[in-house]
Amino acid sequence: MAEVMLDTKLETQTRSRIFWHKVVSQRQLIFMSFPFLIHLFIFAYSPIWGWLMAFQNYKPMKSFFEQEWVGLQQFKFLFFDEGFLRVLRNTIAMSMINMTLGFITAITLAVLLNEIKNVLFKRSVQTISYLPHFLSWIIVTGLVANCLSTENGIVNVVLMKLRLIEEPVLWLSKGEYFWWIIGFTYVWKEVGWNTIIYLAAMAAIDPALYEAAEVDGATRFQKIIHITLPGIKSTFMVLLIMAIGNTLNAGFEMQYLLGNPQVIDWSETIDIFTLKYGIQIGNYSLATAAGMFKSVVNITLLFMANHLAKRLGEERLI
Amino acid sequence: MKKVKLGDVVFNTFNTVFMLLLVIVTLYPFANTVAVSFNEGMDSLRGGIYLWPRIFTFKNYQYIFVGGTIFHAFLVSVARSVISMVLNVFFTAMLAYTLTRKEYIFRRFITMAFVLTMYFHAGMIPHYFLIKNLGLLNNFLVYVLPSIVAAFNLIVVRTYIKTIPEALIEAAKIDGASDFWVFFQVILPLSKPVLATIALFVAVGAWNSWFDTFLYCSSRQELSTLQYELMKLMSTISQANYNPALAASYAAGGEAAVQLVTPISIRAAITVVAALPIIFIYPFLQRYFVVGLNVGSVKE
Repeated sequence: MAEVMLDTKLETQTRSRIFWHKVVSQRQLIFMSFPFLIHLFIFAYSPIWGWLMAFQNYKPMKSFFEQEWVGLQQFKFLFFDEGFLRVLRNTIAMSMINMTLGFITAITLAVLLNEIKNVLFKRSVQTISYLPHFLSWIIVTGLVANCLSTENGIVNVVLMKLRLIEEPVLWLSKGEYFWWIIGFTYVWKEVGWNTIIYLAAMAAIDPALYEAAEVDGATRFQKIIHITLPGIKSTFMVLLIMAIGNTLNAGFEMQYLLGNPQVIDWSETIDIFTLKYGIQIGNYSLATAAGMFKSVVNITLLFMANHLAKRLGEERLI
Repeated sequence: MKKVKLGDVVFNTFNTVFMLLLVIVTLYPFANTVAVSFNEGMDSLRGGIYLWPRIFTFKNYQYIFVGGTIFHAFLVSVARSVISMVLNVFFTAMLAYTLTRKEYIFRRFITMAFVLTMYFHAGMIPHYFLIKNLGLLNNFLVYVLPSIVAAFNLIVVRTYIKTIPEALIEAAKIDGASDFWVFFQVILPLSKPVLATIALFVAVGAWNSWFDTFLYCSSRQELSTLQYELMKLMSTISQANYNPALAASYAAGGEAAVQLVTPISIRAAITVVAALPIIFIYPFLQRYFVVGLNVGSVKE
């Protein structure tokens, strides 16, 4: 008995000696990485401490320990508040629309680009389609607002020329259009960029597969369905899991910049709610509760999607 | 001889037409803004400016660069973008190198700690308090300090460094090189393509951000950035787009229209100025994009 204990003790000692020996020999690697680890803990992890505010009735004038603890009251308020439920609906709706439109358009465009044989033409279209990704949301929403304007906005002009509408439509003042305007704005900005990863996956498909299909007399459409799409499936799965983990991040800037008093019931997302209650009204506890809810739901969805993909034998993220 | 199938011809034609439409839809809004930015302000209100200015003028640009405020904001934007870019590229490369060393005992731990931040955020309010407690409110450092290594960029660079032949590093180590030496003399020079890519990402990200100015620096005008100035200008005039009464008044050329003149053309000019640096640097760096941009590589 004593011998065993001595053994484990010795083992622990040796292990810790090996560990410290490694630490010393790897001191340069540690020196090159630990400052960033500390930075990460300060700027990304330490704010989690602030989540305690969600369980308080936080008043800026008092010190942390003098705050009143209210348990789950803030969360109860959120889920019985019509305003928050509407914000939650908007967030989920816009997120779903963006996700669906985003995947469909990016995969379609990637497939079509992949079918272009003229390298110069393909390269030029790609270069131009990536460009909006690099413009800020301020610029993009400004351009969108111009295009949708009733004063010679190109959308109204074209629709009137085509006799689809009688008179200019105030697109941005109609709540029922707002989600779709956000969806199309997102697609306009990101579709080209989102094709990059699919095109990379398509480039990795073995050309012999296409040649064999050619010999068997497959049409172009059949080759797309049976070779190209299966070839990008694992990429798609990884992106889908990531997108599911972002369900409550419907975007903030688009809605904030294109939203206006007329469509407020349709445009506000959780982030705008947080900004309004936290920074503008000063109800920090409620705003923190809303933000915390969002983070927790997102990370839970991410792990669930990842787990499901694992069960189904699909590509997974973590 | 290869047979040309009718179906292929039809498909190719449609595909080409579709791509041309895509190019037009992508470029038109911007081309239109350029045209408006060079058109005389009062005249722009009459509408009908599409791709070419009707009454050519430099006045809108003069206003921006002589006005002072906006030019100053432009300088702040340049400063924050350049500083962020330099720091991020150097630090990301250094950290990424340590995470490619298989013998490094903290490799997994550090990688996970960073990757987790891609999906997990403490939220706006806790962050606001952190920035406030660190004394970074209304401080230029708030533009640079909070983000010196981004997890996504880290993964991209790490994936690239992994493709550098291990033999090169081993050879240097056998010759007695330290990890510092390997990083500076072997890794940095060989990682130029991927570092150019993240330099672009970081610089564009810094150039385009306005929310940190809005949240943390809005009470100090000298810390205002170009995007934030553009945002303020947008919110003052965009109302015409959704307020029927205002829109009607503008259309009738009433008093409101006179006040609107400047903002519409000025906004167009600022939009051009805010987008130009990106449009200029982007063709030079875009050939590096695909390098390492493989999400599959997020996995260990």
